[in-house]
Amino acid sequence: MNELRIGVFVCKCGSNIAGFIDVPAVAEYAKGLPGVVFARHNLYSCSESGTQTIKDSIREHNLNRVVVAACTPRTHEPVFRAACEDEGLNQFLFEFVNIREHCSWVHMQERELATQKAKELVRMGVARVALLEPGEMTEVEVIPSALVIGGGISGITAATALGSMGLKVILAEREKELGGMLNDLYKLYPTGEDAREFLDKRIKTLKKFKNVEILTSSEIKDIEGYIGNYNVIIKEGKKEKDYKVGTIILATGALTYKPKKVSKGKSLFNYDGKNVITQIQLENRLIKGLKEKKVVMIQCAGSRVPERIYCSRICCMTAIKNGMLLKKANKDAEVTILYRDLQTYGTDYEDELREAKKAGVKFIRYSKEKPPSVDKKKKFVSVHHELLGRNIEIPFDLVVLSTPLIAHSDVKKLSQKLKVPVDEHGFFLEAHVKLRPLEFATDGVFICGCAHWPADITESISQALGATSKAAIPLLNLKVTVEPIISYVDEEKCTGCGICEENCPYAAITKDPETKKAKVTEVICKGCGICASNCPEQAIDIKHYKDEQFSAQLKAAFEEVKT
Amino acid sequence: MTKRSKEVIVIGGGIAGIQASLDLAEVGITVHLVEKLPSIGGRMAQLDKTFPTNDCSI
Ligand SMILES: Cc1cc2nc3c(=O)[nH]c(=O)nc-3n(C[C@H](O)[C@H](O)[C@H](O)COP(=O)(O)OP(=O)(O)OC[C@H]3O[C@@H](n4cnc5c(N)ncnc54)[C@H](O)[C@@H]3O)c2cc1C
Ligand code: SF4
Ligand code: SF4
Repeated sequence: MNELRIGVFVCKCGSNIAGFIDVPAVAEYAKGLPGVVFARHNLYSCSESGTQTIKDSIREHNLNRVVVAACTPRTHEPVFRAACEDEGLNQFLFEFVNIREHCSWVHMQERELATQKAKELVRMGVARVALLEPGEMTEVEVIPSALVIGGGISGITAATALGSMGLKVILAEREKELGGMLNDLYKLYPTGEDAREFLDKRIKTLKKFKNVEILTSSEIKDIEGYIGNYNVIIKEGKKEKDYKVGTIILATGALTYKPKKVSKGKSLFNYDGKNVITQIQLENRLIKGLKEKKVVMIQCAGSRVPERIYCSRICCMTAIKNGMLLKKANKDAEVTILYRDLQTYGTDYEDELREAKKAGVKFIRYSKEKPPSVDKKKKFVSVHHELLGRNIEIPFDLVVLSTPLIAHSDVKKLSQKLKVPVDEHGFFLEAHVKLRPLEFATDGVFICGCAHWPADITESISQALGATSKAAIPLLNLKVTVEPIISYVDEEKCTGCGICEENCPYAAITKDPETKKAKVTEVICKGCGICASNCPEQAIDIKHYKDEQFSAQLKAAFEEVKT
Repeated sequence: MTKRSKEVIVIGGGIAGIQASLDLAEVGITVHLVEKLPSIGGRMAQLDKTFPTNDCSI
């Protein structure tokens, strides 16, 4: 092997790391580690000047290995790998050490210990980088078609946009009709447009695309494969069919929370589905014409409480919209909205609030500690008025609960089939909340609309268009590059026992009928390492995560710190 | 391939303009990103921490 020439770059990340760790001391320490010929610290390693410094150092010091101790590889590894490649250094000779999420942020109160831990992490990284081997990205062909799951406004928008690019699309909706929640709505904020008309227009446009196959009453039975090459089994009514697609957009939307009806005992605000109903039930009644005059709406009904701590974002505007519609339909109507906080962000929504107040809709604030109570016998809602400092009673014909959007009860099943995560509330969890809001950590699967988080129509459509652009990139390029972090078999050592084949969750290993040895199908292997840890002969290793690389790293962990 | 020009101008080099340019470039479209200040990055580049992850995110 050539002489090792390792360069170490320790990042301050502004104050994110430097605020809690003595960064120059870590860089100084790195200089004394075996194989390290150069070390320095940067203010922001990922900035243009930061990466330029790394590139210049590779050239000036003839580095053949690079370690960056900074934030997380999830967002920044590509940046530093590219810097290495720019200088002709193979990107797999780079090692990322996380001293932010794994160190500075979790040890904010302990500067000295955190600094010591950062040194140890760097020492481990240096030990590992010394044994890394160059690798090449592999190219995989992509089937130029997409699957959109869910035919609400998000799914309709995504399928239409993909269709307009000339790509083949399969849109799978499990109900009989497309449209999702919009099927139950009356008029839409902030335009006042009729929901039915709005939806019908969009479905009509979608149906013009012959390259979009719309499947209704359809369930996803099984999904197998990886970016570029998914095999999907869809059950449409009674028949099952196989589809091959390159990317997948998830647009399964959400449901509105419906409090449990109880004959005796209590339900939320005495909900009964008759005189105490939810907003979506109100929309349904508005379509048919509403007789009730005195309407009291209760916001945050079942949301921003310990069981469901999130704000559902659409229910304030829904109440304002419906309150105004009631006043417009009947001047004598009395509408009172009891709220905790009002989510009327942006200019249009604040305008709607002003309009509603002008139209005579009353707004009264309540606190979580003193929620309103609904007396169905006397037909009034009692609430503690914060400004008056006493309880007031508001008579009603109808109480409307603004309940939150919640996840479908069966999201877990879909999330397992697609190998993508959901959060504690059952909403699908994106790869990075800011930098990759419409993608999953699993390549090739994208998310939009209310399946992700409560969103209004404008947001659902923007997200659907964003997810479409992302999903279309590999479909238009007809190829993707994937990391060569996969398993490989040492045929000399392999006895053909078949344990790896049994244990591989992706069916990437089979026994070669001729050689009787284990064989890896490279494009299927995800590099999970299960085979390597199960092989009794230690005949399998994972490229870039070889046993000897791990061992060196572990050994370095327990060496004494020399400062 | 048709002879239509496959070039796009993106006006504004903040996070939105940068992301749009990257996505276009990824499908092989030539992008001209126009920013009136001497450097791209916009607001986000001036922030040390942005919610909700409180990282620098550049
Ligand atoms: C009472 C109320 C009033 C509202 N008023 C307004 C308004 O005035 N203006 C506004 O902008 N927004 C409003 N909204 C919000 C609006 O309804 C949503 O933004 C929009 O419906 C979200 O669309 P979506 O496609 O993401 O989800 P959905 O409409 O929920 O569609 C998802 C679709 O996916 C299907 N699906 C689910 N799981 C699967 C599966 N496993 N396989 C196949 N298909 C599946 C569902 O059957 C459904 O058809 C309101 C919401 C409510 C509840
Ligand atoms: S949008 Fe309004 S009613 Fe809905 S959870 Fe948020 S604050 Fe409560
Ligand atoms: S587990 Fe090891 S020895 Fe057994 S077949 Fe697989 S590679 Fe060969």
